Order: sequence, then structure tokens, then C-alpha cells
Amino acid sequence: MRKKWKWSNLYLGLLILLMYLPIVIVVVFSFNESRLSASFTGFSLKWYEALAADRDLKEALVNSIILGAASCLLSAVIGTLGAVGMARVKYKSKGMMEYLSTIPIMIPEIILGMVFLVFFSLLNLPFGMTTLILAHTTFCIPYIFMMVKARLVGIDKSLEEAALDLGATPVRAFFDITIPLIAPAILSGSLLAFAMSFDDVVISIFVNGPRLNTLPVKVYAQLKTGVTPEINALCTVILLVIVLVLGISALAGKKTHKSKDGE
Amino acid sequence: MSETLLELRNIKKSFGTTDVLNGIGLSISRGEFITFLGASGCGKTTTLRIIAGLEKPDEGQVLLEGRDVTYLEPHQRDVNTVFQNYALFPHMNVEANVGYGLKIRKVPKEEIKKRVSDMLKLVQLDGYEKRMPSELSGGQKQRVAIARALINSPKLLLLDEPLGALDLKLRRAMQTELKRLQKKLGITFLYITHDQEEAINMSDRIVVMREGKFEQIGTPDEIYNCPKTSYVADFVGNANIIEGIVRQAGEEEILVETEGQIVKAVSDPGVQAGDKISLAVRRENMKVCGDCEEGLEAVLKDKSFQAGQLHMTLNLNSGKEITVSRYGMDAPLSQGQKVRISWEPQHAVPVDIRREA
Ligand SMILES: Nc1ncnc2c1ncn2[C@@H]1O[C@H](COP(=O)(O)OP(=O)(O)OP(=O)(O)O)[C@@H](O)[C@H]1O
Ligand SMILES: [Mg+2]
Repeated sequence: MRKKWKWSNLYLGLLILLMYLPIVIVVVFSFNESRLSASFTGFSLKWYEALAADRDLKEALVNSIILGAASCLLSAVIGTLGAVGMARVKYKSKGMMEYLSTIPIMIPEIILGMVFLVFFSLLNLPFGMTTLILAHTTFCIPYIFMMVKARLVGIDKSLEEAALDLGATPVRAFFDITIPLIAPAILSGSLLAFAMSFDDVVISIFVNGPRLNTLPVKVYAQLKTGVTPEINALCTVILLVIVLVLGISALAGKKTHKSKDGE
Repeated sequence: MSETLLELRNIKKSFGTTDVLNGIGLSISRGEFITFLGASGCGKTTTLRIIAGLEKPDEGQVLLEGRDVTYLEPHQRDVNTVFQNYALFPHMNVEANVGYGLKIRKVPKEEIKKRVSDMLKLVQLDGYEKRMPSELSGGQKQRVAIARALINSPKLLLLDEPLGALDLKLRRAMQTELKRLQKKLGITFLYITHDQEEAINMSDRIVVMREGKFEQIGTPDEIYNCPKTSYVADFVGNANIIEGIVRQAGEEEILVETEGQIVKAVSDPGVQAGDKISLAVRRENMKVCGDCEEGLEAVLKDKSFQAGQLHMTLNLNSGKEITVSRYGMDAPLSQGQKVRISWEPQHAVPVDIRREA
């Protein structure tokens, strides 16, 4: 019994090491004095300073934030309405439709990227922020849709009926009762969507157009000239943002479960 | 009391292929406390939802104060509901829950606050304004739900098994409290339950429902003492049902042949000699005796003592099972013993009268 426990701990330790060691190395070497990532010669913040001075990089960062915010807002509205609407209809093909609306998560990104490229060219859309937002919104919707759908299952239908019974119009009941109850799910879904959008390379590369760079795309482009400590620093910053966003999302999710238990 | 508030006309409703309501009709007077009594799944909640506007009937009409409201939305009717599971808004505190209806009617904030606090006093929950529903006990939730509905002074309050989840003691207390509220406010109550004691204790009139139909409508006294069908007699009075043929119909008593013997029952204007009928005799009105000359022959099968009552299960000669109960433990009878069952004629009520054409 005891031995078994030890083995499983070793396995877990190995797994965590494999997963997180590369990340730790990147973070550690972002503080390295030396330009070579062969040995750690001393602590320095100079690569972060270089990063801060880089105009292109700042522009890419701003682009990424705008893109993330816009696509997460748009997908929050569309995904929520979709989930709420889907919960109300009683088609026979409902299960099929729900499955279809989550498919973008399962399609390989490279295929999605190509599909967007072909589609937007056919429409003659100029590649740039608009196409980026459209593409990102599309692949973000399923995350919000699934989160909100899961939350809706736990909400008693008679709550909204009670509001109607007390004199609320259907629209009023939706905003007074349903929205506050699914808000934590919308929030955690949106944050997840933001994180997904913020670190996407594959789809963005297909639709970003010739001049516009997002942060991950920029990192990818710079890699062609070799790994510099500057990139390590940049990765560390991106990592920090993602961890923060996912942390908030997890907290919001936790709150969802708590209020569910309270009912 | 005689002014009609609500009228149901031949309401029919089916979900898919199952007919849930098969043409029900009823009129309710202003100020009345009327109870729907019926087994689970007989369509009580569906009827209530049609009156509230949460469901549309396939056929028939709902008239509120003479106005056809069948196809009006719930928010367009002066009717409020206390739901089977309370349906308190979990993200609002007690004050916001109770004040919700007034807020929608754009009543000024100050007035809402005052009326909510008055209403909470009425249901004996003053001081609970800031509590969340998850911090309330079942009985308190239930009172919040009632306060939330009553504060809008509806013409008709619909209550769907509001005491279903409470324990017996709290149930009794709440029954009294509800009745007190209803008298005080003079609001018409339409109450659902499947507990016959509750129905008898609280109602002015009882509607016994069975499989989407109204089996009998009457005062508690009529329903309990003069059931029209064996279903009502069994469901409301836990009566034994004995089938037989009327041999002689007199002014006050009738003679009925059953189990090869003649027994007496109270007369009914609708009964003639030759009719097939059933006799409903409540358990506590049957006498069992070991050395009597009169009464139906039976064999004592089982005795058990529950809730202060002695229950005896007996088999008639035909094998039909009869349950008799009475207070006290003393019964100098043993299992397998041959006994006779008898009753006073006025305690045997003819039901399910069938006449051969
Ligand atoms: N939305 C629905 N879809 C399909 N069938 C339904 C629906 N609502 C109710 N039914 C059916 O209608 C019948 C009556 O239901 P209803 O809820 O009115 O019963 P009830 O008398 O209130 O029972 P209970 O005492 O258990 O609450 C049941 O057989 C139920 O399965
Ligand atoms: Mg019900």
C-alpha cells in the first residue's frame, strides 16, 4: 500500500517536472545577464528594459489586447444568447445542433485558419484587425456557449416563471433573474476566451494580413532569428498575463459552484 | 361570497399524446378558500399553471372577473402564485424578493421598503430583510414565498402544495397561519394539496381531482360524509368499499345484498331497488365482534398498532380485504378467528350508483 503510494508520487513528480521545467527555464533565463542561454551568469533586468523600449512589440501588445477584448466581448454576447436560446427550444435535432456549435474546439487550428483565409478572401475582406476579430470570435464562442449551457442546467426554470408571475415582462425577467444567475459562467467563459485569443498563433497567422502583428505572432516571427533572452522575457510577460486571467476565471468558476450549492 | 371571481370552462390540455386535463369546469367565488385535492400526477399543477398563464390550454376558457384571460401572458393577470418549490430568487435577499412585484410596478422606493416590512411582520419574519434565501429554513422560505405573492394584493392567490416539504408539526402551525392570513386579507385562495386532512381543515370547498377530471366538488362535510364515488370515499375518508345490489329502497334505509347476506345502508334519493351500488364505510365506523349474530362474516387476518390506533385486516367470505381501525389496544380477538363485521346504517353511504338500462 505504502509502496504504491510512493510510486504514484514519483510518477506525478516526473509529470510535473516535464510539464513545467521548460517554462521555468524560460522564466529563469529571462533574468540572465549573458546573451547566451548556455549558462546563467548573473541576475539582470536588462532584457525587460530592452522589451520596454521596443516600439513594435508595444504595438503588437496593444493589438493583442484589443483583439482579445473585442473577440471575448462579441463571443460572450453571441455564446450566451445561443446557450439561452438553445435551452428554450425543444427540437428533435437539438442535441445535434449543440454538438455542431462546439465543433470549432475540435477542428485542428491549422484547418480553421485555412478555412478563414479562404472564406475572407472570397468575401474580399481586407485582412487586418477586422478579420482577426471575426476569426477569434468564432473560435471563442464555443467556450462561452459550453460554460453558460452548463450553468443553465442548474437553474430552476420556475425562477423565471416566478418573475413573470409577479408582473415582469419576459425581457425584464431575463435581465433581472437569468442574467445575474449565469453571470459567473459568462465571466469565466469570457476570461477563458480572452486567454485563448491572447495566445493564439496559428489562426492569427492566416488572417492577420501583411502589416498587423499580435504579440504571439511577433514572438513566432522573432524566433526565426534564434532564441534571444528578449524573447524569454516576452514569454514570461505573456505567461504572467495568461496565468492571471485563468486565475480570475477559476475564481469566478468557483463562485458559480458555491452559489449553485446554496440553492 | 356569491360573486364569481374565476371561472374555468371546459379546459382541455394534453402534452404530446397524454391527455392531462379532460374538460374541467369550475367557478370560484370571491373570498373563497378552495382546495384541489388529488393524487400525484392527476393534473393539479397543470390546472394552476393554466390559471396563472404559464401554460395555455388546448381548449376551453379561463375567465377572471368575467373577462376572458385565456391567452393573456402571466404578467397581464392579477393572479399570483406560490410555487411548489418556493422559487425564491437566490441572488436577492428577502427584502428584494418580497419587493420584486412592487419594484416592477414602479412603486417608490420608500413605499416599497415600508410595505415589505409590513408584509414581513404579517408573516412573522420581521428582521429577516437582509437574509439570503439560502440562509432560511424551509418554513421561513415558504413564508417569504407567500409574502412575495401577497404583497401585490392579487385577486386570486394560487398555492401549489406550499406545505409539502415541511414536517408535520410545522405543517399544522402553517395551516393555521395561512388560514388566518386568508381571513385577514380577504384574498381568494386556490390551494393544492394531496393531503386530505389539510384539505378538510382549511377549505371552504374541496375539488377532488382524478386523472384530469373533477371527481366531486363540495364542502369538506359533503366530501367527507357524502362521497359520490368510491374513489372519493377511499381517497378522502379511507373508506372500505363493498359492492352489492339494492334489494329494497326505503325512506331512510336501504337493504343491500352483498356476500350472500343482506346489510343496511343509509338511503339516497337516487337509489332504486335493483341498482348495482357500492357501499362506502369508513374504517373507524365498522365494528368487529367475535360472538355476534348479525353482520358480515369475516376472518381476522392481521392486527397492528399504529399512531394510537388499532388496525385490523379482515377477509370477507369472498376474499375481499377490509380494514377496520379503532382507538385503544384492547381486542380480545386472535388471528384466524371467525368474526362478524357490522355498522350503523347511517355510516354506510351508497356510491357509484349504476342502473341497468
Ligand atoms: N411539461 C410537461 N410535459 C409533458 N408532460 C407533462 C408536463 N407537465 C406535466 N406533465 C404530465 O402531466 C401530468 C399531470 O402533471 P401535474 O404536474 O399537473 O400533476 P400534479 O397533480 O401537480 O402532481 P403532483 O401532486 O405530483 O405535483 C403528469 O402525468 C405529468 O407527467
Ligand atoms: Mg404538482
